[in-house]
Amino acid sequence: MIALRTLLVALTLCAAVACGPPRPPENAARIGIALEPPNLDPTAGAAAAIDEVVYANVFEGLTRVGERGEVLPALASRWDVSEDRLVYTFHLRTSVRYHDGTAFDAADVKFSLDRARAPDSTNAQKGLFEPIASVEVVDPTTVKITLSRPVSDFLFNMGLGDAVIVAPESAATNASKPIGTGPFAFKRWMKGTRIELVRNDAYWGTPAKLDKLAFLVIPDPSAAYAALLAGDVDSFPNFPAPELLPQIKGDPRFEIAIGTTEGETILAINNTKPPFDDVRVRRAIAHAINRKALIDGVGEGYGTPIGSHFAPHNKAYVDLTGRYPYNPTKARSLLAEAGHASGITVSLKLPPVVYARRGGEIIAAQLKAVGIATKIENIEWAQWLDQVFGRGDFDLTIVSHTEPNDIGIYARDDYYFHYAKPEFKALMSALDRATTEDERTKLLQDAQRMLADDAVNAFLYQLPKIGVWNADLRGQWRNSPVQANDMTAAYWAREKPK
Amino acid sequence: MIGHLLQRLTSLALTLLVATVVVFAMLNIVPGDPASYMMGLNADPETLAQLRKELGLHLPAWQRYFAWLGDLVTGNLGVSYTYRVPVTELIGERMGVSLPLTLIATALSLAIAIPLGVFAAARRGKVSDAAIVGATQLGIAIPNFWFALLLVFVFATSLRWFSAGGFPGWDQGLAPALQALVLPAIALALPQAAILTRITRSSLLETLGEDFIRTARAKGLSESQTLRRHALRNALIPVLTILGLQFTFLLAGGIIVENVFYLPGLGRLVLQAITQRDLIVVQGVVIVLVAAAIAVTLLVEVAYMLADPRVRALSR
Repeated sequence: MIALRTLLVALTLCAAVACGPPRPPENAARIGIALEPPNLDPTAGAAAAIDEVVYANVFEGLTRVGERGEVLPALASRWDVSEDRLVYTFHLRTSVRYHDGTAFDAADVKFSLDRARAPDSTNAQKGLFEPIASVEVVDPTTVKITLSRPVSDFLFNMGLGDAVIVAPESAATNASKPIGTGPFAFKRWMKGTRIELVRNDAYWGTPAKLDKLAFLVIPDPSAAYAALLAGDVDSFPNFPAPELLPQIKGDPRFEIAIGTTEGETILAINNTKPPFDDVRVRRAIAHAINRKALIDGVGEGYGTPIGSHFAPHNKAYVDLTGRYPYNPTKARSLLAEAGHASGITVSLKLPPVVYARRGGEIIAAQLKAVGIATKIENIEWAQWLDQVFGRGDFDLTIVSHTEPNDIGIYARDDYYFHYAKPEFKALMSALDRATTEDERTKLLQDAQRMLADDAVNAFLYQLPKIGVWNADLRGQWRNSPVQANDMTAAYWAREKPK
Repeated sequence: MIGHLLQRLTSLALTLLVATVVVFAMLNIVPGDPASYMMGLNADPETLAQLRKELGLHLPAWQRYFAWLGDLVTGNLGVSYTYRVPVTELIGERMGVSLPLTLIATALSLAIAIPLGVFAAARRGKVSDAAIVGATQLGIAIPNFWFALLLVFVFATSLRWFSAGGFPGWDQGLAPALQALVLPAIALALPQAAILTRITRSSLLETLGEDFIRTARAKGLSESQTLRRHALRNALIPVLTILGLQFTFLLAGGIIVENVFYLPGLGRLVLQAITQRDLIVVQGVVIVLVAAAIAVTLLVEVAYMLADPRVRALSR
């Protein structure tokens, strides 16, 4: 396969030098995505692929998340927060219309949030809305949201795809015909191949610069590479074949944009299952892993090592990567101390993503070197969700937790790695009550340290965002604070060659 | 002949019924829950239960089977769990790509295989025969995806005669849609043509050894007349059998080629539905394919009768 790729690369390079990739005939951009969204309603499904198409482009929330993870105004132009951080008053924009012409007002906000937190809601992030005690329409442009307890990330949460504002008239059909307030309107969806959006000329804010957007579904990495070279696709915000980057690198026609994501990639450990209930065994695993070799092997060297479950670009980050340096001798002696001098045999379940499958092989080799033999089991996502995530039936697994600010999962009682230490839960509830930024930072740093001390999981690296696109296509997100392809500011840099 | 056909139809209908049981049972044994796939890592159990209820997954398996079978009789394949649209609509859309693709690939492989096979048989043992046999060996040995990738890199990324993949849809006009199917059809047709060429050649050689051929020659027919009028027609029966098998295989089995050209075909629909545990879609597609296989079998049988007077007489 490698030899084949090299041959094909060589074949194309000779032709590629001659002419640039053709641009679409109109002021449009074609975006390649690896997974097709199952539906287009971000309030009724967890698939990242939904947000990758509709977030910010088609649907908007009260707030929105910016490229660096900052909270920006969206349908709410400003907001007031009460002293006790329980009451949020949102002041809405006027003259906003949905793509079908329906007017937007405070009643839609109440409808959307009440729908998301209703008992029969199928919102994948229903937990985000649980702290909401009431949503009140003060007047058509003012909404008052009262919380039952302070939530530190409430404004950020309201900017997620799961919290977008929908109209009662179209909420039921958004899955196949999404109608939002965004700068692009849905045009058509040819299932299995492409989703088309067109500019919304009646947009309330800065209009989109592109006339049209098409999202093309290309699951195969080789096909993705070919489509890029053939000029069939203008941009892969998440390029699926990092091993081909060296071939694209020196090519002036393309830009490679390496950015950050919220994906903490971890070797998750079943904390209640012997021998992993012994912190020495977990620490031995942490010492056994050579993150540098792993990152080089999996992502061509792209990816930032982490020492706890926290994103390095976050303000409250503490670098704990030195807590368990790569040290096979130390790992062996810790194992021996725990009574496993002759080594242990464990299973390693791997979901079908490159970082897990390729990373799994590397980690298995590194663990073997210290006396931990692994049986690798390659499983599908559905099986992973059922066995590992649903029933906690696993020893070790590799997965990337891509939700932003998700350190709170360690406080959940029945979460699959079974940590939920009372002291950690106390930290998390203190965090929700914290009022000042300094207080929050300190609590978050304590939480990171506690996870590292307990070696809950082996923390590997922050998943990079590897974008590859036509060098003339500007204004795309380099980072992925939420899994989205915000194309609202994208434009073609030069006039099209005639 | 009508009686024979009726008999065949009854047994084929029974096959279909058995297939529904097997397909349903198999898919319900497979671990994995469509609802948890859809809701992801942060879903709470309450939301999952609600979604399962919405999808009808809370009912016992036998109830779901009979509900599905009942709908099936009326031509309703249910509603996809993930896409939330009728399964018939999904299959219809994908058939719009897979069926033309399969037809073109089959026609192409026939157009290559029959002349080549006949030519090779007629020139048995000569250099050209050996060359053709060697080429078919190569055609069978070359992996499908590799050949498809090669086509993409030569004709799409280098020469830019075709796009590297995708499908514009029939509503964008006949020419762009057909153009999108050219490379995939070639990639699919090549190995099939290689197999068919070999079958045509060997079957023709076998027929040429039969008594009636000697009779035909004795009547004073020339070698080419014997070949065309008597031998070829009889030699076509095994070719038709293989062709029937290939057709149903290509309908959903073109998945590798569909992936390389990112075509929205039936194969990719099944793969995606299996991944997402959208079992109702998998069931629907499999049943449609079983039905297609049965229909093709029937067609091939009818074709036998037309091709071979002995079968026609036998079934009378």
